[in-house]
Amino acid sequence: MDAGMYREQIIDLYEHPLNYGHLEQPDFTYEEDNPLCGDVIRIDVRLDEQQRVAEVLWSGDGCAISQAAASLLTEEIKGQTLAEVKAFSSERLLELVGVPLSMARVKCALLSLKVLKAGAYGIPDPSDMRHHE
Amino acid sequence: MYDIERIRADFPILTTEVYPGVPLVYLDSAASSQKPLVVLEAMDDYYRHTHANVHRGVHRLSELATTAYEGARVQVAEFIHAPAPEEVIFVGNATEGFNLVAYSWGRANLRPGDEILLTEMEHHANLVPWQILAAERGITLRYLPFRDDGTLALERLDEFLTERTRLFSFTAVSNVFGTINPVRQLVDAAHAVGALAMVDAAQSVPHMPTDVVGFDCDFLAFSSHKMCGPTGIGVLYGRRELLAAMPPFLGGGDMIRRVTFDGFIPNELPWKFEAGTPRIAEAIGLGAAVTYLSGLGLEAIHQHEQSITAYALEALSEIPGLRLLGPPGTQHGGLASFTLEGVHPHDIADILDKSGIAIRAGHHCAMPLHHRLGISASARASFYVHTIPAEIDHLVAGLHRVREVFRL
Repeated sequence: MDAGMYREQIIDLYEHPLNYGHLEQPDFTYEEDNPLCGDVIRIDVRLDEQQRVAEVLWSGDGCAISQAAASLLTEEIKGQTLAEVKAFSSERLLELVGVPLSMARVKCALLSLKVLKAGAYGIPDPSDMRHHE
Repeated sequence: MYDIERIRADFPILTTEVYPGVPLVYLDSAASSQKPLVVLEAMDDYYRHTHANVHRGVHRLSELATTAYEGARVQVAEFIHAPAPEEVIFVGNATEGFNLVAYSWGRANLRPGDEILLTEMEHHANLVPWQILAAERGITLRYLPFRDDGTLALERLDEFLTERTRLFSFTAVSNVFGTINPVRQLVDAAHAVGALAMVDAAQSVPHMPTDVVGFDCDFLAFSSHKMCGPTGIGVLYGRRELLAAMPPFLGGGDMIRRVTFDGFIPNELPWKFEAGTPRIAEAIGLGAAVTYLSGLGLEAIHQHEQSITAYALEALSEIPGLRLLGPPGTQHGGLASFTLEGVHPHDIADILDKSGIAIRAGHHCAMPLHHRLGISASARASFYVHTIPAEIDHLVAGLHRVREVFRL
């Protein structure tokens, strides 16, 4: 039967994740789990002077979808500004994952984005007018 | 004789295709069972022909509805061998049964320093209500450990049951390991230190004979939807003298005898604990389910599940990298929980789903148990009255495909 959502790339990334590890001195770091399945993802980000993503590493544990999505997301945001990271859409990440997902699995795919945004919104950004803290 | 083909024909959903051309292989009865036609018809018939509110109307339909609702209580009481129907309280599910005892009996009887003993293999339903109570009342919760094979460390009971223990609440059958616990032995141990005993029977009542007198338990709770009945209703059995002494849980209509602006006088048992218009159709559906299961015979159901489970455990154990959780052999209820090296349980369940195979993946509402095992999740296939060996073969073939997708 069709196991199409597990296309080669997903399994490749599950076996050989990109940008995996911890940063020594991140500008922000955040970790969260999905209690439904026990997936956990941490993302560490270092920014340059222009508030662009200079380095990003993730770590964690979980299903192939959540882990592959974390690799794809971290690869994609390299060089992006903090404002761009904050505006990164769910649709864009699902597009990167590129396989049809059931409702339950969409949460797996988006866990890394949730973690990234929670971290990003935790630090002040003068260019972000929506930030009032 | 156990006519499996006829039994399968009783469940309309078993002929469903979950995707075009992909028939359902339902191996998730421990989460919720499917419903035989007689249960659906009983509820449909009630709604079409005899629906009205119960206990208060003087008209014909109200009388019929009341008779059917209270008749279901009698059926359930007989099913679990409760001495009297008023010891059967209809609640929302087993979870609500635990909450009722925690809030009503617990608040009225527990003092700081008192202890409640649970086990490490409990479902969240038998953990969280006591944790809420513990925070409110300054009582201590203790947990009887399980051994590596998923059986309870019975040799340590004396250490955990003390003169401070007021209640021992435990599961009759583990929803993860499948372990069939020695209920009477555990109840006796609780009583020996003067504690009450409550049984989580959600995974046992659907699958084997239940005798609350034989168990000698003080409270016992289970859910209808795991035993061929509808969702939305469950049962709390309690010893009459305990229930009679307990304050009401939820307040409102039906649970009162008299109300003034200054207060109220509660109704008699069992209505004292059934506030508001009750789950009438659901009770009637549960009554039909109980009749259906009794017709098959609970001992016969148990035998059937034992043989399916033995077949499944054997077949699964031959899959490379598959680790079975729980005890081997006959002390194992109708389910098989496992992990597969190199594949997360959610990925297993997702790939199996594409072949129409429904299993559960996650922590099965038992996070502390999984934490103790050092895993975040497991996969669980569970079996019921209609499960056949061919479905186990589908599962095994599906798991081989999972390994192929993951290049194992």
